[in-house]
Amino acid sequence: MLALLLCLVFLLLIVIITTYAERKVAAFIQDRLGPTESGPHGILQSVADVLKLLQKEDIIPAAADKPLFTLAPIIMFAAVRAGFGVIPITPSVIASGAYLGVFYLLAIISLDVIGLLMAGWGSNNKYAVLGAMRSVGQIVSYEIPAGLAVLCVVMISQSLDLQEISFQQGILMNQFSGLEKEANYLFGLKALNLDVTFIGGITTWNIFRMPFLFIAFIIYFISSLAECNRAPFDIPEAESELVAGFHVEYSGFRFAAMFLAEYSMMVLVSLVAVVLFLGSWNTPFPNIGPATLATWTTGTPGTWTGHLWGVVWLLSKTVILIYTQIWIRWTFPRLRVDQLMHLCWKVFTPIMLVLVLLTGLWRLWMI
Amino acid sequence: MNPVLLLFYVFGLMAVGAAAFMVATKNVLYAAFGLLITLLSLAAIFILLFADFVAVAQLMIYVGGVVVLILFGVMLSNQVQGKAVQSESVNRWSGSLVVLTLFGGLAYLILSANYLVPAAPLASAGDLPETKTSIITIGIRLITNFALPFEVASLILLIALMGAAYISTEEKHD
Repeated sequence: MLALLLCLVFLLLIVIITTYAERKVAAFIQDRLGPTESGPHGILQSVADVLKLLQKEDIIPAAADKPLFTLAPIIMFAAVRAGFGVIPITPSVIASGAYLGVFYLLAIISLDVIGLLMAGWGSNNKYAVLGAMRSVGQIVSYEIPAGLAVLCVVMISQSLDLQEISFQQGILMNQFSGLEKEANYLFGLKALNLDVTFIGGITTWNIFRMPFLFIAFIIYFISSLAECNRAPFDIPEAESELVAGFHVEYSGFRFAAMFLAEYSMMVLVSLVAVVLFLGSWNTPFPNIGPATLATWTTGTPGTWTGHLWGVVWLLSKTVILIYTQIWIRWTFPRLRVDQLMHLCWKVFTPIMLVLVLLTGLWRLWMI
Repeated sequence: MNPVLLLFYVFGLMAVGAAAFMVATKNVLYAAFGLLITLLSLAAIFILLFADFVAVAQLMIYVGGVVVLILFGVMLSNQVQGKAVQSESVNRWSGSLVVLTLFGGLAYLILSANYLVPAAPLASAGDLPETKTSIITIGIRLITNFALPFEVASLILLIALMGAAYISTEEKHD
């Protein structure tokens, strides 16, 4: 219960900061100033926006399908919110240690699609229906390369537990029950005979344990952009043709809930990318001889140093990914529907199938 | 009454209630959402039975796949010749005959089946099973005892995929 409240507050905070960052970064990229009025450098702009949204009248169109229209934002937010339950925050803090973590995450996010369809259909508006149709088609298609990328990591880690996957990517590996006798080799290859279990840092991250996972990471990242309807895959919301897509009829608090769901989704997919590929809460610095950088920047798990370093590394990596998402949004033009589907089915899916095969082979060399 | 049993009845009632709503409602789209609630409640019941993998697979396949597909189908074909499709009750007598026969047959089968379950595994709420998850056992069984059904299932899926690809190709081969 406490975890739920903490996570909600944390999410609200990070969403407020992300929307502000989004506007400032967009302004910087387009050589503008962005929000400047409220507060120094406009830092209170997002707070003002939230207050404005909460005061607005809750308008439900007369011809809308009322139950669907009112339920949709709640379902969307609940689905994304449920995904946060299995994300490990520090070596000893995780809301739910469910063994099927990754699988559960992929499954529960698919509920988001139902919310989208309800919103699109319930609005009784052709732009909304078109937007919802596009969005669902896009999300369902891109789940396949993203799912295969996750599968590659699961094959390398031999686990679906996100906390276990996190422990495998750092110097604390032997402290996880069940991994006491495991060892990490450079690039995961036992034949090289270079034990890096206690060197840690970046050398034990999944993109280093199996170098081809870097390609999987890139594909996962691009697919995750499509899954949260971010530019250059924002055809469901394409302002110039669909006004705003599936949320065109929403206003006030319900719009705020949908907005929150979209930005939470951004945070969630970035967190998952960090946990699966970029070493989770582990430090990027390796132990080099007497300079035990990894040990210094890890702390003791279970104490406040361990918590603090874990949160710092996890969040800083996540923030970099979120920044990249914003950066991409303001740099690339929107794709057409056929280009989008071409990229997913004819480029990413075959590459990922080959990578899954390669990962299987690599796993044989790891043991 | 222990909380697990209470939750079981709550989700069981939800599943049955949503299924009844699905049959009774005239709006095809609402029926699809009724189905969604039934499937979600079933997933919850699987969790209560410690079948975590089955529960998540239920979410993945039925909620993420089948229901979305049904919703898509309903939305694309909701308006035929300008008026909304409604589910009407037709064939009352023959329909109820089929339903009663099916119900009787299934009830007989379920009541007379000899299950391969360990006797009363959930004596008390604090009595947890030893393994953390069912997925390891399922995985080992799938490639040993049940290798043939597993492979046959994948073959059927492949055939379905090929069929779908054939149907959706532009030029029809005569």
